[in-house]
Amino acid sequence: MRIGIDVGGTNTDAVLMNGSSVLAATKTHTTEDVTSGIVSALRQLREAASFDPADVVAVMIGTTHFINALVEGKNLTPTAAIRFGLPATRALPPLVDWPRRLVDVLGGHSYLCHGGHEYDGRQISPFDEREFREVLDKVADAGARSIALSSVFSPINAEFELRAAQIVDSEYPELSVSLSHEIGRMGLLGRENATIINAALRDLADHVTSGLSRTVAEAGISAPVYLSQNDGTLMDIDYARRYPVATFASGPTNSMRGAAFLSGEQDCAVVDVGGTTTDVGILQSGFPREASTDVAVAGVQTNFRMPDVLSIGIGGGSLVRSFDGKVEVGPGSVGYALTERALLFGGDTLTATDVAAAAGLIQLGDKDRVAGLDPAMVRAALESIATRTAETVDRMRTSAEPVPVVVVGGGGFLVPDNLAGASAVLRPEHGSVANAIGAAIAQVGGEVDRVFSVDPGSRDSVLDAARQEATDRAIAAGARPDSVSIVDIEEVPLAYLPGNATRIRVKAVGNLALGGNNA
Amino acid sequence: MREIDETQMSDIARGAAVLGTGGGGDPYVGRLLAEQALRQHGPVTLLDVDELPDDAVVVPVALMGAPTVMLEKMPAGDEATNALRAVAQLIGKRVTHTVSIEAGGLNSVTPFIAAAELGLPLVDADAMGRAFPELQMVLPTLSGVHASPMTMADERGNAITLQTVDNAWAERLARAITVEMGCTAAVSLYVLTGRQIKELMVPGTITLCERLGTGIREAREQHRDPVAVATELLRGKKLFTGKIVDIQRKTEAGFARGEAHLDGVGEDLGSRFELAFQNEHLVARHDGEVVASVPDLICVLDTDSGEPVTTEMLRYGVRVTVLAAPCDPRWRTDAALELVGPGYFGYDHEYVPIA
Repeated sequence: MRIGIDVGGTNTDAVLMNGSSVLAATKTHTTEDVTSGIVSALRQLREAASFDPADVVAVMIGTTHFINALVEGKNLTPTAAIRFGLPATRALPPLVDWPRRLVDVLGGHSYLCHGGHEYDGRQISPFDEREFREVLDKVADAGARSIALSSVFSPINAEFELRAAQIVDSEYPELSVSLSHEIGRMGLLGRENATIINAALRDLADHVTSGLSRTVAEAGISAPVYLSQNDGTLMDIDYARRYPVATFASGPTNSMRGAAFLSGEQDCAVVDVGGTTTDVGILQSGFPREASTDVAVAGVQTNFRMPDVLSIGIGGGSLVRSFDGKVEVGPGSVGYALTERALLFGGDTLTATDVAAAAGLIQLGDKDRVAGLDPAMVRAALESIATRTAETVDRMRTSAEPVPVVVVGGGGFLVPDNLAGASAVLRPEHGSVANAIGAAIAQVGGEVDRVFSVDPGSRDSVLDAARQEATDRAIAAGARPDSVSIVDIEEVPLAYLPGNATRIRVKAVGNLALGGNNA
Repeated sequence: MREIDETQMSDIARGAAVLGTGGGGDPYVGRLLAEQALRQHGPVTLLDVDELPDDAVVVPVALMGAPTVMLEKMPAGDEATNALRAVAQLIGKRVTHTVSIEAGGLNSVTPFIAAAELGLPLVDADAMGRAFPELQMVLPTLSGVHASPMTMADERGNAITLQTVDNAWAERLARAITVEMGCTAAVSLYVLTGRQIKELMVPGTITLCERLGTGIREAREQHRDPVAVATELLRGKKLFTGKIVDIQRKTEAGFARGEAHLDGVGEDLGSRFELAFQNEHLVARHDGEVVASVPDLICVLDTDSGEPVTTEMLRYGVRVTVLAAPCDPRWRTDAALELVGPGYFGYDHEYVPIA
């Protein structure tokens, strides 16, 4: 048996799964400290289906913790960014395009050192140990506690980052280090930014991951804990402690993967209605379609692959206001205070959930409290929600053909069955906890992203070697060898270069190898 | 004559990447570089071609190299200025202005960096009206203007002077030196007088870049169709809307050549489209038939956002709209087509002009 938990901004969802069947599903409020929400989710699961904690072979957790910390600029570690690339790259130092507010929170420590590599492996400049040690002294004096190291072309050759990390470890063991070649892909600024974000989340990651491990252990579960990543694959808790940035887009990815699993649809639109927002994404062959351009997170340009998601400010907690005969839904929301502030629950705020209850779409709370709502207003509010949802789906799909729409999330009742542009509106069982199910079914992956020399006639063997390396990495990450498959290959010959230098990126994923039966 | 400051660079770089027809460098890096320079040295004066004295000494600058490399090994910042200074020393005259050689996300803004640092006014023009992959592919070549004396500079401070017999040799030698310099280098070449600029260059390029960039951004903000706005500003036409279903690339003679295959969506559902490129898009085929080709502009935009998609960004699943726009009429003569037409790039079909 596996437990999947999704810690969202509003709700903490949890599921207990045995193979592909859902044994129990629960939803509780996310708490400020996160862990007590998880404690009650686990307790509710045990109430819903009694199980022996010893039978649980894995706990998979998706969390928006880290991305929220960045967006809010809270709980970030004072961080220094050090780049090896001089004399090149001087024009655009680390943190160059960051929002002022975040730079201030991090302490604005940005340094350039000599080093880095050319495209063909030559050094731009040799490692200048004295220069680096001087920078380190400044970093320590300035009060930074975490260091992000980047180096030009480090995905091809990481020697500068590794050598610098060694010096930090021996001279300043109290500083934590994040290395860009372990975190991002080609494209220095995007990779470096992701590395700085990661470094800034290290303290929080220590805190959150140990809290999660402890919470699960205290529930009597000795199984390993995994966190889900942007691409729908898993990482173990120790990896999450070192690479918290990899959790950033796990929320939408999990809900889409969960929707695919529950509905059986591999190519469809997924509409995930939460408390505050509705996220719309597209599934292609069961995986979320990725955004085509670099994605800015909290105003910082990064080169992660993120799922292509369009969000609108409509959810179960959305405020409904009417004036001059016009009805407006959202983007304001009561969020997790729904059960105190909504009319249905004795509050004084008209929400989308109240309107849905008045129309008989959902049985919840004290129906008498919404009986007096103006039917025309109720109709207008629901129509507005339907229109905007249909428009969003329409913007996301790539075909004029109507697409199946899978509706998931706690506020799914807001989406009508006759949605314009939908060939069918599917509401799979357990859809309200699709994100927790997405976490529970997550896979493990391995990736190669490097420049290879592809001599004439050698393309096949080079690609085979890259495939094998990605497969090996997936297995090293915990994938069952017989389940690993290659899901993405990208080849980009470097323009103007002799020797057919080609950047090859291969991604492999596979099912997690779990101890015991019934995994 | 007007002043350009760093707040305008984002729109200019975006529009320039549209005119870059898939090449001409990354607009994000270009924007950041120019913003830094303008913030540090103050605004740059942009001059209409008409405002230029005939005896002006105009020295253009550009960056050359592999776009993928430039995303990783970014410039030190003073390469372009150093290359320009070296040319100035060579010709022994006081340089009065600088100008862009090609329109592209990086190269439309590169001269801003040198202009800001040296306090030179920038001429609102370029030598192509778009981006082309090779150095000799500029309108002045057609009139017998020599690329040399030319200089190249790298981030280390190396500077090289070239004196070549013709502009094809300038390309050939500069390409080899660029590779040695780590695949990115600044070049300064095609020293022109004010009179030559008026006769031989494409006027108004920077202004057009800015109008394109602003138009796309504002359309998006106002929930209008950004692709339609770009099409109108280019007096072009929409060729196809689809998504990329296959992309094949190969490195040939030191260039990134390849083809992207698109499946139609919306009104193009059921038909197919191909883009052939060598850094820049060269030929567009709709259901096998050539519908646009070099030297006309083939521009690829993200269907939803209207953001230009460079050939480096093309990959599976990206949803794009392809536009074609007429090139500068001077590119349509027989002599010009010999320099930049489909035949030069190894295609056996004739140039199909866009109306």
